[in-house]
Amino acid sequence: GAERYFTRWYKPDVKGRPCEDFCVLQHSNRRICVITLAEAHPLLQSGKTIKNINYQISANCSRLQNKVSGKSKRGAQFLTELAPLCRISSSDGDEYTIYSCIRGRLIEVNENILSNPTLLQEKPSTEGYIAVVLPKFEESKNITQGLLTRKEYEEVLLKRCNST
Amino acid sequence: MSSLTEKDRPIVQLLLNAGTCPRCILRFCCVGSQVLYRHPHQDLMKKLQEFLKNNQEKESAVSLDVVDPPCKRIRFEHSEEGADDLNHNGAIPQVPSAGDGNAATESSAVKVCNVCLGILQEFCEADFVKKVCQKVNSADYQFTSFVFSVSLPPQLSVRERAAWLGVKQEMRNLGLPLAKDDIVQLKEAYKWIIHPQLSEELGVPADGKSLFEVSVVFAHPETDEECHFLATACPDCFKPAKNKQSVFTRMAVIKALEKIKEEEFLKHFQCPPSSPKNLCDALEIQCNNGAVFVAGRYNKYSRNLPQTPWIIDGERKLESSVEELISERLMAEFKADSFNFSSSGREDVDVRTLGNGRPFAIELVNPRRIHFTAEEMKRLQQAINDSSDKIQVRDLQLVTREAIGRMKEGEEEKTKTYSALIWTDKAIQREDIAFLDDIKELKLDQKTPLRVLHRRPLAVRCRLIHTMKSEYIDEHHFRLHLKTQAGTYIKEFVHGDFGRTKPNIGSLLNRTADILELDVESVDVDWPPTLAD
Repeated sequence: GAERYFTRWYKPDVKGRPCEDFCVLQHSNRRICVITLAEAHPLLQSGKTIKNINYQISANCSRLQNKVSGKSKRGAQFLTELAPLCRISSSDGDEYTIYSCIRGRLIEVNENILSNPTLLQEKPSTEGYIAVVLPKFEESKNITQGLLTRKEYEEVLLKRCNST
Repeated sequence: MSSLTEKDRPIVQLLLNAGTCPRCILRFCCVGSQVLYRHPHQDLMKKLQEFLKNNQEKESAVSLDVVDPPCKRIRFEHSEEGADDLNHNGAIPQVPSAGDGNAATESSAVKVCNVCLGILQEFCEADFVKKVCQKVNSADYQFTSFVFSVSLPPQLSVRERAAWLGVKQEMRNLGLPLAKDDIVQLKEAYKWIIHPQLSEELGVPADGKSLFEVSVVFAHPETDEECHFLATACPDCFKPAKNKQSVFTRMAVIKALEKIKEEEFLKHFQCPPSSPKNLCDALEIQCNNGAVFVAGRYNKYSRNLPQTPWIIDGERKLESSVEELISERLMAEFKADSFNFSSSGREDVDVRTLGNGRPFAIELVNPRRIHFTAEEMKRLQQAINDSSDKIQVRDLQLVTREAIGRMKEGEEEKTKTYSALIWTDKAIQREDIAFLDDIKELKLDQKTPLRVLHRRPLAVRCRLIHTMKSEYIDEHHFRLHLKTQAGTYIKEFVHGDFGRTKPNIGSLLNRTADILELDVESVDVDWPPTLAD
């Protein structure tokens, strides 16, 4: 469907937290990136129910307040790799932070998952995306440097299986 | 405006002494007879000299009318040094005759005019006219009239002002009123003289509205710095602009001359101006034809053809393009420098355009050939169609610039119909898609698609799907015909673009859908006019 023109990149165990893996979908236009949960993320495992999704990541910063204008997306909140996008709590009391994973301007966060959290679990790679990020033009070739290819990610998954 | 009168005598004398050419002198005396200017400048010089020799006692008339009887002086004062002889007892002074040794009044070597720098001298003569016409003829343009535009160096305005102030001063010194101040503009006089000659050589009339422009740029580097004093006197007129080489443009200089006070000017610049050593240079003689516009409708049969050349980092990603395939022949036939292609909307690389095709217009810049009959246009259309099977054109015709507006109107207002080949993940039966046929005026909210979001602003567009018609193929495929408002993103309506287009086919069918093929079936714009075959 819509993901046809995207290449998948992965960032596993973000901030050292086991299995908190994210996926960065990079469009073939080499600029637009969509941040999603990767399949091994705890929130996508069976038994987890989402209690709350909060885009207010600090007292002064809500990702929902992000406003961009014009072609160059002026006014966007700028993100570094470990900038939090949102905080999600599950009904069993666990809390998870979703990170940007790449540097760039925040274009939008997905408001559909606020009104329909199951979207995040049912279609994490499409309608359940977290955010859209636009890296700087000069950096667009470098953003994948800190990320794993699909193949490399599968090896990570394999290693995890074997070690348990 | 009358011809020369007694009142003009001091002006003529002053300017002649200063090295001003006869035609400029006529201008400063507000002589409005075009015919007079066309006389060869040697003749005019003789006539001026005769005029100066004559006083009211001589009977022999000059062909320049001396109409008015001399007027009584009201008063006069002592002249400044270097001015004409004054008879203190009140009689009208004798103007010094040509034999006085003033260099300006006679010689076989003609001095370069201190006002027009030669433009109303050499550059009105047959030799220059020949030069211009040679250039025009060798450039091989088709034209039925011409407009001759001339670019003058800015210091001419300064010298004009200086000459005028010199005249004013002289008249003041002589105690004479300055009767007229509507002197003939240099460019106007120049055109009076040169247009008939150009017209004769080229065989077509001069017409201010002509699309064929012959332009000449005159420069006089020797005196370029004469404008610079204006920058200190009126600094705010001369702001350095990024792309301009010199800050001293004609416009800036004229503006400063309007602002500067007479006393200030006189401080910085010799009035009347001094004679230059050299003539102006005629830098460039250029020809340019106004753009012509060719319109038509195109069909696109390839799923591998971009609208415009697709080049990234200097490398062409896909061979050719719609605009190149159509414009190539036209460029060659019209012998144009370049083209600008525009169309009533456009389609993606992988989308075909069927039906009557999409309206387009091509602006051909500086064409050498401009006359084409309807027959010739038909043949041109056939040639384009024979050259490629990826595109075909129809209704190829010449149109006016204004007509382009109708095409762009269509882009925003008119409807389009499409045919989409759709795939679904979960199986479908006929009944599952039948309801789509009944949906009318479906409102969509479309966020800027991710595939273009890097180069377009983020926005939500509200668009209408007017009607739909489905054609069941199998459990995972069906064809959908849609009629939509202009500006609707069809692909995103099918796959949903991560839920950013709502509703979408996926949400309507409660499945995941994707678009395999898209065709434009019609662009509902009734322009350009359909041509009979």
